[in-house]
Amino acid sequence: MDALQKARRETRGFYLLTMLGALIVAMGLASAHYMEEHGHIVTGMNNQIVWGMPHVFAIFMIVSASGVLNVASIGSVFGQKPYKARAPLSGLLSIALLAGGLTVLMLDLGRPDRVIVAATHYNPTSVFAWNVLLYSGLFAFVGIYLWTLMEKRMNAWSKPAGLVVFVWRIILTTGTGMIFAFLVARQAYGTAILPPLFIVMSFAWGLAVFYIVQAALYGWNGLELDAAILKRMKNLLGLFVASVIYLVAAYHLTNLYFAKQAEFEKFILLEGGIYPLLFWGGYFFLGSLVPLFLVYFPGMGASRHVLFASLLVVAGSFCLLYVFIIGGQAFPLSIFPGYEVMSTFGDGQIANYTPSLPEILLGIGGLGVAFLITTVGVRALNFLPKDE
Amino acid sequence: MSGDLNRREFLRSSAMLAGLAVAPGVLLYDLAHGKDQPASSSVRWGMLIDTNQCEEGCDDCVKACNKENGLPGGTGPADEQWIRKVELKNIKTGKITSLPMMCQHCAEPPCVDVCPTGASFKRADGIVLVDRHLCIGCRYCMMACPYKARSFVHEPLHDQKPEVPRGKGTVESCTLCVQRIDRGENTTACAEACSKAGHKAILFGNLNDPDSEVSKRIREVASTRIRADLGLDPGLHYEGL
Repeated sequence: MDALQKARRETRGFYLLTMLGALIVAMGLASAHYMEEHGHIVTGMNNQIVWGMPHVFAIFMIVSASGVLNVASIGSVFGQKPYKARAPLSGLLSIALLAGGLTVLMLDLGRPDRVIVAATHYNPTSVFAWNVLLYSGLFAFVGIYLWTLMEKRMNAWSKPAGLVVFVWRIILTTGTGMIFAFLVARQAYGTAILPPLFIVMSFAWGLAVFYIVQAALYGWNGLELDAAILKRMKNLLGLFVASVIYLVAAYHLTNLYFAKQAEFEKFILLEGGIYPLLFWGGYFFLGSLVPLFLVYFPGMGASRHVLFASLLVVAGSFCLLYVFIIGGQAFPLSIFPGYEVMSTFGDGQIANYTPSLPEILLGIGGLGVAFLITTVGVRALNFLPKDE
Repeated sequence: MSGDLNRREFLRSSAMLAGLAVAPGVLLYDLAHGKDQPASSSVRWGMLIDTNQCEEGCDDCVKACNKENGLPGGTGPADEQWIRKVELKNIKTGKITSLPMMCQHCAEPPCVDVCPTGASFKRADGIVLVDRHLCIGCRYCMMACPYKARSFVHEPLHDQKPEVPRGKGTVESCTLCVQRIDRGENTTACAEACSKAGHKAILFGNLNDPDSEVSKRIREVASTRIRADLGLDPGLHYEGL
């Protein structure tokens, strides 16, 4: 009777969570519909800030979709048992996040009804077009990888499949970084450090997301994470967060050394209002230093500390992306070096951007898609990590 | 044997009939599409803009462009501007320069490189355009353009000009008045307006023809191209900058 009641309670909880996810997705879809009806005039985006809040959400999810696969890679490619037990969940989260991110990207298009054109007309020189292949490939390879993990007869193939997924996710995140690295004329972008930066960011953000989901699943099922596994995961998280700081510092220091980039750095790091605030307060302090403290400081490192650190890493990632994507566009293009510039089109001026509710709801709707896929996946199939 | 001949005759008469049926359609198609000659790579359309002649505060070129292409002419951050007047002040010397800024019609256009669907394309005669049927509105070209030459259509459109089709949710920019060029005319709305105002700051023509006025002048005077350091080989040259 007790077991029956527990099962009933779980089912009720599952339906509640599913409904919550569906509601968030519905809000996102309604926002996308509103944006398509009225045009992008109802967003904060304009001809100066052409990519806005939807791109912050989408790129967070696409970068994290690669990052959550850390766990699968360490398990299947590098043969670490505790990680292998978590590989299926890692694969499911990857598919969920990628689906969420791509949903936001597609629904933000000026003509989402034409998204099929991206498949029928292919420009081989476009990084965006490469990414279409990389994303489809990730879905396919992670799907096959999950099959090799969950079907006993296929278990022997999980190592090669895991290796393919590992290589593919590195290429995929390289591709995401290249979207910005290949922009020749913008001060914030156009540097070869971006692909490696994106890869290391994916390591940190993906592990943080994985830890949050794992903590929720364990809490839901009344389980406690093994102390040795907790220690491994938290140390790895700390290492990744520190690595991101290193590459972000290298990016800004290089810029600071180039006289032509000095104005841009002054804007992003000191005088740009919201951008320095989000960079130093959001990304650096709350999103990096505090998590490092929570993970490494003596007396810290308990599961609740690591959960809080993971949540802060995710919050910090949104701050960093906001500064990178929107701050990078807000600073005027250097079209006429050596001149003060004025025009009706915002030349020489810092561009203004205030995100509107529909575009924020669209982004949250993408998170809802990822949440819904994860909830249904975990319920329908056996994704709960089991340690021997 | 006779059966063979019959079949051959049957095929021949069928082919003739089919040809007769299709031919008027082909003729009508050609008629409807005006020029029967495709853009030729023997031509490269371009401009020389003499900033010494461009008058501060004058925006006749902008108004003419808006009228020619059916643009509403707003100057808000989300409004489309295919051409804009830029006022420059040299930080060291204080010298003021005024010039029109628009798509530079690069020979190596970054917008064309990055476009995922091939909607951004360069015609054989050097004009960089957006195919409104292929543009999905991703705005990657706007991120890639070093000249901020492109606009995104943020609102539903009304009263479009039939020869300048536009579309909400797509990206657009200066077409060098391609509708005029395809009619065989040899000037753009902005160049025409500038001449009419007596400034003659915009000289339009074929850069590949050594005898064209624009080519001769580019040979004679010192001119430069904006952000020449990027190596994109723009079709627009500026004098006095």
